[in-house]
Amino acid sequence: MAAIWVYAEHKDGKIKKVAFEILSEAKALAGKSGGPLCAVLIGSGVEGMAAALGSYGAQKVYCVEAADLGAYTTGGYTKALCDLVQQEKPAIVLFGASINGKDLSARVAGRLGVGLATDCTGIGLDDKGRLQVRRPMYAGKVYADVVFSDAAPQMASVRPNVLTLAAPDESRKPEVVKVAAAVKSDDTMVALKEVVKTGGEKVDLTEANIIVSGGRGMKGPEGFQILEELAGVLGGVVGASRAAVDAGWRPQSDQVGQSGKVVTPNLYVACGISGSIQHLAGMGTSKMIVAVNKDPEAPIFKKADYGVVDDLFKIVPAFTQEVKKLQ
Amino acid sequence: MEIICCLKQVPDTEAEIRPSADNTAINYEGIKFVINVYDEYAVEEALKIKEKIGAGTVTIVTLGPERAAESIRTGLAMGADKAAHLDDPAFLGSDSYATAKALAAAIKGMPHDLILCGMRAIDDDAFQVGHALAEFLGLPSVMGIVKLELSADKKKATVHRQVEGGVEVLEVPLPAVLGATKGLNEPRYPSLPGIMKAKKKELKPVKVADVGLSTGDVGKQGFKTQVAKFSLPPLRKAGKIVEGGTPEEKAGQLAKLLREEAKVI
Ligand SMILES: Cc1cc2nc3c(=O)[nH]c(=O)nc-3n(C[C@H](O)[C@H](O)[C@H](O)COP(=O)(O)OP(=O)(O)OC[C@H]3O[C@@H](n4cnc5c(N)ncnc54)[C@H](O)[C@@H]3O)c2cc1C
Ligand SMILES: Nc1ncnc2c1ncn2[C@@H]1O[C@H](COP(=O)(O)O)[C@@H](O)[C@H]1O
Repeated sequence: MAAIWVYAEHKDGKIKKVAFEILSEAKALAGKSGGPLCAVLIGSGVEGMAAALGSYGAQKVYCVEAADLGAYTTGGYTKALCDLVQQEKPAIVLFGASINGKDLSARVAGRLGVGLATDCTGIGLDDKGRLQVRRPMYAGKVYADVVFSDAAPQMASVRPNVLTLAAPDESRKPEVVKVAAAVKSDDTMVALKEVVKTGGEKVDLTEANIIVSGGRGMKGPEGFQILEELAGVLGGVVGASRAAVDAGWRPQSDQVGQSGKVVTPNLYVACGISGSIQHLAGMGTSKMIVAVNKDPEAPIFKKADYGVVDDLFKIVPAFTQEVKKLQ
Repeated sequence: MEIICCLKQVPDTEAEIRPSADNTAINYEGIKFVINVYDEYAVEEALKIKEKIGAGTVTIVTLGPERAAESIRTGLAMGADKAAHLDDPAFLGSDSYATAKALAAAIKGMPHDLILCGMRAIDDDAFQVGHALAEFLGLPSVMGIVKLELSADKKKATVHRQVEGGVEVLEVPLPAVLGATKGLNEPRYPSLPGIMKAKKKELKPVKVADVGLSTGDVGKQGFKTQVAKFSLPPLRKAGKIVEGGTPEEKAGQLAKLLREEAKVI
């Protein structure tokens, strides 16, 4: 039986958690289809990461390496992955729906002439063993169950923090297959000149377990200090509404919503955010939502699991103290 | 410089989206349609480049039903020079792959030094058409750009691409397909003279045969993915308003609930 593949994105020598989440879920699919579950690492010097993929269920790990794959480029990684797919012919290829996961999968689908479903929240198989997925559309206002043509492989990217992570089993050792990619500098098509880091060591919002977000109600950039403190004690990161970003209080990379990031943390704390439809588009699938807003009619309360109607400048510092007491 | 802008018409972000009675389509009745916001950034950037150079043509390319002409006119009123509207029943129902195939076939027949599109369409949220289009045209593609600068000879562009935790600075040989995102610019509104002028600009209807494709290549027949069923998202259960006389009491109560009931902290 043809294999199910999971593309394992990595950054700074670490595999993104979403790859482990997909492996955890794809194990069941592989069990159903009877094919092996494999992971694909692309880069240079990636072999050291193979064992971790094995512990989450990958039976085989392809380590695709070339000098020109040291940094991600759409062209270089597309060539490396397409060559391997054409040689090995997997049935299904899954990606994490990160920026680069969405980027790579789109170009690969075009080149291979196969179907791709983006940012899925559920994956399964249809009765013919083809991939079948569920994904939000129209900014999460509806969900679509998507089926594929017979073109193989069927491909999907999966939203981070949605599928359940299984416990790793370190005793499981994967078969490691080293692949020398035939990627030349021409294949990258573009030249990466520089990477300007803006976020420091901050965990990206799309991968954070806890997010404390502020909106126009924060009154100004200084207002966010109390959110930084709360995020600090909770072990979370700070996000923002578009109103706060457009006012110049926070960087664009903090924006949650339709024209910002889609996040799915375990806990989302919205402070001074009204809950516009475009903001909800970015955080509506958070597992737990807390809202702090002085207006009891604010739409955010319709989505919140817990709501506090009061002045956030009083609630947030007091809440930070309460959390400290619990620790 | 010949610049192409891919522009899609989509429901307004405020629109209420509901499945049709049989759940196989979206009920578009009474919905207001607008230019996809990301494509507005693309049009704005094209106009800025043309203004800076002082020469060139900005051409809008749209695949969509008859009503999409209204959004195309808005793009022309912003300042684009002409448009091609892939308006043929055979195109309707195209998935991302078929859409990119049709757009590529149309753009192949037009002069193009630069192709701008949006990073994503806010209806299907696919993030796919730009890359697939580039693939079919054999061009480089960069999606999610927040800055674009042309080299003096206009043979290259330096772009900033937004990634997690920072931006990448990339040099791209032209022609290329570049996908705009928020941060690139502030789109202008159409001016009154712009709206008047737009009425006289060329808006060419394009049929399947005009771009050398057959009906089996595109539309529902050319599908790689298909929506079998739409559903509404699960309702969240009603939340609790945290009680307390003072802010301190409310904060204490919230911490207790999150620890003991929700078990998230
Ligand atoms: C195409 C498009 C895309 C968009 N994309 C996004 C997006 O990605 N993300 C996004 O967030 N928005 C987006 N928006 C904007 C969106 O429509 C709203 O304008 C925005 O979300 C409002 O931000 P806000 O909730 O911070 O501000 P407001 O709506 O002004 O709400 C501020 C809230 O703070 C409360 N408040 C004020 N002071 C206090 C206090 N002291 N204590 C407690 N509460 C207080 C008020 O009661 C109010 O509810 C988009 C809009 C469009 C048209
Ligand atoms: N039907 C269409 N007509 C013109 N351009 C389109 C169409 N569909 C998608 N695009 C372009 O491709 C981008 C990405 O769309 P998508 O892959 O659907 O998220 C959009 O922002 C548009 O610029």
